[in-house]
Amino acid sequence: MIGALGFAAPWLLLALIALPILWFLLRAVPPAPIRRRFPGVALLLGLEDDDQQSQKTPWWLLLLRMLAVALVIVGFAGPILNPEERREGTGPLLVAIDATWADAADWPRRTARLDDLLAEAGRAGRSVAIVPLTGLPAGDLPFQSADAWAGRLAGLEPVAWGVDTDAVRGWAAGLEGRFETFWMSDGLAADWRADVLAAFEARGPVTVFEAPRPAVGLRPAVFEDGNIVLTAVRSRADGPASLTVAAHGLDPAGTPRRLAVAELDFAPSATDASVELSLPAEMRNRVTRFEVEGVRSAGAVSLTDDALRRREVALIAARDEREGLRLLAPTHYLEQALEPTADLVDGALSDVILANPDVIVLADVATLAEGEGEALRDWVEDGGLLVRFAGPRLAASDVSRAEEDPLMPVRLRAGGRSVGGAMSWGEPKRLRAFGPESPFFGLAVPDEVEVTAQVMAQPDPSLPDRVVASLADGTPLVTRKRVEAGQVVLFHVTANAEWSTLPLSGLFVQMLDRLAVSTRPAALDPDDLAGTTWQPDQVLSGFGEVSDAGVLPGVPGEALAEGRLGRDLQPGLYAGEDRRIALNVITAETELAPTVWPARIAVEGLDVVRETPLKGAVLAGALLLLLVDILASLWLSGRLTGARASAAALVAAALLTAAPQPAEAQGAEDAETTALALLATAEVVLAHVLTGDARVDDVAYAGLAGLSDALTRRTSVEPAEPIGVDLETDELSFFPFLYWPVTPDQPRPSTEAYAKLNRYLRTGGMILFDTRDADIAAFGGASENNQKLRQLAAPLDIPPLEPIPDDHVLTRTFYLLQDFPGRHASRDVWVEAAPPDAERAEGMPFRNLNDNVTPVVIGGNDWASAWATTADGGRMFPVGRGFAGERQREISYRFGINLVMHVLTGNYKSDQVHVPALLDRLGQ
Amino acid sequence: MSQPARLRQDAEALAQPFPPLLAAAEHLAASVLLGEHGRRRAGMGDEFWQYRASMPGDERRMIDWRRSARSDAEFVREKEWQAAQSVMIWVDPARSMAFTSSKHPEKGHVARTLALAVSVLLVHAGERVGLTSMVAPPRSGQLQLLRLATALSEDSDEEYGRPELRGILHHSRAVFVSDFLGDLGPIETALTKAADRDVKGAMLQVLDPVEEAFPFDGRTIFESMGGAISHETLKAGDLRDRYLDRLAERKARLADLARRTGWQYDLHHTDQPATTALLWLHGALGRVN
Repeated sequence: MIGALGFAAPWLLLALIALPILWFLLRAVPPAPIRRRFPGVALLLGLEDDDQQSQKTPWWLLLLRMLAVALVIVGFAGPILNPEERREGTGPLLVAIDATWADAADWPRRTARLDDLLAEAGRAGRSVAIVPLTGLPAGDLPFQSADAWAGRLAGLEPVAWGVDTDAVRGWAAGLEGRFETFWMSDGLAADWRADVLAAFEARGPVTVFEAPRPAVGLRPAVFEDGNIVLTAVRSRADGPASLTVAAHGLDPAGTPRRLAVAELDFAPSATDASVELSLPAEMRNRVTRFEVEGVRSAGAVSLTDDALRRREVALIAARDEREGLRLLAPTHYLEQALEPTADLVDGALSDVILANPDVIVLADVATLAEGEGEALRDWVEDGGLLVRFAGPRLAASDVSRAEEDPLMPVRLRAGGRSVGGAMSWGEPKRLRAFGPESPFFGLAVPDEVEVTAQVMAQPDPSLPDRVVASLADGTPLVTRKRVEAGQVVLFHVTANAEWSTLPLSGLFVQMLDRLAVSTRPAALDPDDLAGTTWQPDQVLSGFGEVSDAGVLPGVPGEALAEGRLGRDLQPGLYAGEDRRIALNVITAETELAPTVWPARIAVEGLDVVRETPLKGAVLAGALLLLLVDILASLWLSGRLTGARASAAALVAAALLTAAPQPAEAQGAEDAETTALALLATAEVVLAHVLTGDARVDDVAYAGLAGLSDALTRRTSVEPAEPIGVDLETDELSFFPFLYWPVTPDQPRPSTEAYAKLNRYLRTGGMILFDTRDADIAAFGGASENNQKLRQLAAPLDIPPLEPIPDDHVLTRTFYLLQDFPGRHASRDVWVEAAPPDAERAEGMPFRNLNDNVTPVVIGGNDWASAWATTADGGRMFPVGRGFAGERQREISYRFGINLVMHVLTGNYKSDQVHVPALLDRLGQ
Repeated sequence: MSQPARLRQDAEALAQPFPPLLAAAEHLAASVLLGEHGRRRAGMGDEFWQYRASMPGDERRMIDWRRSARSDAEFVREKEWQAAQSVMIWVDPARSMAFTSSKHPEKGHVARTLALAVSVLLVHAGERVGLTSMVAPPRSGQLQLLRLATALSEDSDEEYGRPELRGILHHSRAVFVSDFLGDLGPIETALTKAADRDVKGAMLQVLDPVEEAFPFDGRTIFESMGGAISHETLKAGDLRDRYLDRLAERKARLADLARRTGWQYDLHHTDQPATTALLWLHGALGRVN
């Protein structure tokens, strides 16, 4: 054993002693010489080697070989990483697992470790009892053989709540007999641990297994200053850490989706970290839960309820012609009351309904327009809450007078009443305490609330059911009517302080809260919840998975307020009458702290250390070194040349690098395209089409290079190095001019390439087709190249052609020419035909041809060969014979120059025809 | 295809694009037969040269009556003296010329093709071409090309070639094609002797790219093509610079020798197109005078 390394056959290592002997043996053998036939040997005679070093094998090659041999020896000695240690122990074994939500994050590792322990116990023949502390067995410890437990491990799951303190204390106190205890703890401090530990220790030795990772919890999201504040806590502050928190919810299409993501950064010594998440109201209301990504635990999930949801409230007031004071505005107090807790929506009623707010408040709006009333009714029936306030207009109108308006909870008596005013008898009325069936039940009625005027409800059989608040004398103050899924609430007073002091009091805000107009505060009020029953809607598993609650029984409000999670009160989402409450594992107050175990307790990690036999790896390493040795030996003896060198490079590359990523290839391709674009656009560049025939391509390149030289020398056009373009991949629009030598066996361009070519031709590009066979075939004949040209050009957008006429602009763009020879001197060169109506003006030498640059020039004179120059400036091909040949070459250069000038200057020379007329008109 | 025939075909293909080579001839010598070189003086030939007044001793039939009828004096019509030049060719037949690295043609093949191509041009131009050895004395005509092709196809067993001067004619032109890697002494002697006989010409050194690059490494035994000479080294890579120095020195000496004897010297590599070398030979034979 050396550290974590052991050997199956350690005595084999003795062979390492033989290595120095091998060193001397290998050292003496120089590499074998190569025999080479070489006529230059005559010049070598008498040359001495500089030093005699390579007569012996160089030290590094020796080292390489020794290393390889040493590896072989070590490999056969059978090295094993982490040889297994056997755990001693006899007698029954109790494995206690916390199995809480904090265990869930690394549950697979726990079960793996448990598996390991069970296997060990099985080998030792010990009986085992596995007890999850969150699901204590009734009666005696279930000691069974380890094999019996092994099959049941998969059924063991963490729960989403913590250990029940009282139950576990009672269970521990009742333990009997002697046994050893392995305690798999979730690592969170709890006050019951000391007692349980003491009970275990009384029965035998205790070993604790704990995950080294801190437990992470996500506190409920809090709404602050328009942002959602997310806070995460961890049990140990062990350096900086970063968590990703994701908000999940339904997207508008109803599909569950990750709506937003935030990064939480723990300071190195902090146990909690916060991040603010700013979401639009619309999206915020969709969030159903926050999750710490990558942590599978109920603690890392925080369900959201109405606390986070901000209701959208639309305030609609009757149009006010007066420029009233702010304080008299019908909606001022509503705005003040709702602003902190709800999102207010402004706008005309018809627009607002389309936005589908949660609540619409109509402050003293009597009559609604035709369509608005209908739309509003539909909206209410779909679950909207319509809150109406009375006022002078409502009192004066006939709404809900003779018969009940569908958008009013009650019928109203004409006129309303006014009490306690200067013109009336009696005192201003106070409010009566709210009855138990009223949604306002439990709210204290302050004395200062006085009502001086109100609209009166028509006595009606249904009236008593609809009254939710009344004055001291019994007249209804607030009435409510349910309409299908929604409801209509009428405050019989104004929304401002004109008729009552209610809007000035705190009661007004509370009443709005209770009506679910505004958003409730986050804290659960036990008094609020007393006597209510809450139905679990969704529950969290220990792994943080949200599932339907199914048939779980309802939960009393008190228990909900107390929040002691357990099998009866599982974390999840609970639905009440008109609101939903989320019960999370981690609350706003939860702090996580690591367990502190007494020093006498052995604490082990969860890591299962497997034996790793290294024999294969070490022998492979030796083989690799021997391969390197082969290459190195070849290189040393000079045999690494030619095909061998490339093969060696391949092997080395395969050894050193992994396969390149497609993304990189993509990037490289992009870079290539960019490089081509830069190359082609930085200067004028002549281009030729790559035909696939290397010889033709080379000649085309050399030809354009020669033409570029001639242009540079003779004109102000100074082209850069020519470029060969691949029609399939390269962008053509950078090039003013394409030379296309036709070969019989070049591939037909693809449809896309033809599209590109046609675009190129239409936008002013020019292609010079060269069949290169004018010496043997007449233009348009049946030669192979001509047929190929016809085939290639068929899909191209080429106008009617004609042989170059004498007055074509190509004959005078730079030089005056009438012949267009290349290496051959055929006169068959075709260009776009002149329009039939082209006329020669009186006294002009040329016809008036102000059309485009011809898109194609077609001929077979093998121009590139005539232009081609070698790298050292010499002519690549002879043209003609003697002086006449040189003259022909000169004319071919002139044709090339004229062609490029034509491409670059268009019909400038043709326009010169008009110069006399222009001069004449200018009076010169 | 038999080797001489093939050699001839290659050479014809190579020579095809060139106009007939007109080797300049300065002197009239014993070797001169009727050829197409105008000697710029009256003599035997087809082309008109000048009219001169007849002098006593001129035969009657030499008088150009048509010209004489236009004046009182009698005129004789003289033709330009035309002569053919002899060009002697020596191609190194030694075994060192059989060397080739990888895909390039053998040096010997390149050398023979070039020599024959020049012969083709010369014959087309009406010159007489022969080998410096006694095998093929200078003649003109297509048949001579066949003889040359056959004679050039013969190899010798020598490791390195030495120029042959036995059959060389005085005042003729010569073309030596070899790698010139062997002993420099015989070459020097040959050139000096040639200069003594007023033979001038072109020396074309043909080398394989490997001989220029020396891309060897490691422990190597270098052998000449016949195996007669060998040299062992442990680190071939270390010899590279010194070898290249020696090669450069060899070239410099050859160039110097050529300059002193009035010859032309050029270097050709087997990986270059043969046309370049032929063009040079074409020019060199024209330049020598």
